[in-house]
Amino acid sequence: MNGWTGRPAPGGPGAGERGTGGPDGLGEDYLDGNALAGPLSEVFLIDMTSARGRCDSCGAVSAIAEARLYVNAPAMVLRCPSCSGVLLRVRRDGGQAVLDLRGFSYLTIDLG
Amino acid sequence: MSSAWHIVDVVAVQEETATARTIGLRFPLPVRSLPGQHLDLRLTAPDGYQAVRSYSVASASPPDTLEITVEELPDGEVSPYLVRKLAVGDQLEVRGPVGGWFVWRPEDASPVQLIAGGSGVVPLMAMVRAHDQARHPAPFRLLYSVRDPESVYYRQELESLAGSSSGLAVDYVYTRRAPAGRPVGRLDARILASSVFGPEADPAVFICGATGFVETVSGWLVDSGYPPERIKTERYGGMGGTG
Repeated sequence: MNGWTGRPAPGGPGAGERGTGGPDGLGEDYLDGNALAGPLSEVFLIDMTSARGRCDSCGAVSAIAEARLYVNAPAMVLRCPSCSGVLLRVRRDGGQAVLDLRGFSYLTIDLG
Repeated sequence: MSSAWHIVDVVAVQEETATARTIGLRFPLPVRSLPGQHLDLRLTAPDGYQAVRSYSVASASPPDTLEITVEELPDGEVSPYLVRKLAVGDQLEVRGPVGGWFVWRPEDASPVQLIAGGSGVVPLMAMVRAHDQARHPAPFRLLYSVRDPESVYYRQELESLAGSSSGLAVDYVYTRRAPAGRPVGRLDARILASSVFGPEADPAVFICGATGFVETVSGWLVDSGYPPERIKTERYGGMGGTG
């Protein structure tokens, strides 16, 4: 596409942002949770993709980085690699991030 | 919440293959990068439309400059611009480096097995470079599946490192066309077993490539007795090129 610029949009950060972390718009229909590192870095001070979570649906435990991330939706949706249950949703609403973590029974976070 | 995005200067571009390019980005402040991390790039069109893509960092130990290597996806929205049009002096909006999962940590003394499908070699190259720069004693081994000899990224540097005392060994699998005297064919479980550290060595394993490649290879390793918790994967969503 022509006309890209590295400068921010007049509407400020996040205005009209789409396709976050995508495989350049084509190909497979999901990414892995590694691609959540950037969006979650705006909310958490430590990297959350290394956190291990228990799926509230099936009980499988996996790192956020290992789960399946779907980005072609109004929110980014993370699904369990074992049962495909929704683990996490995150979307931006103006200057706010809306984070839905109800798919996890718990998260184990390495504090280093 | 402060914005995590900042503007960086494009300070170098170098053709890596006919379809891939390494781009040097200078940050406004010193930046720290762990080998395996990625950057998010955000591009904005004049009408305000934005696209964000993640690209692995290829370089190690920056003071203020990082390199990424981008493969052009023919119908891609962003990569043709980065590979064909972006020039030194341009600016990009980036977030990161980020990621703490698919990262080699030098405090881990284990042997390291790297397995790349096509452009999946990029974050693994950051690990290779960090290992070399630190003169780290852990043995490193890279298995690199690629279409043909011309598609190999960082060829000269890999040859040089593999021929030195750096502790790196490199094996190639050529899936479409090979140098004279070398076999052609896809990676399979038998070739894999003969080209990687065995499970008894308890290597830390990093696999990066297209989804199908990563899932197939990690499945073979688990079937061969490698503990799943020792295998870390990063999937490229689409046509990252398993070779």
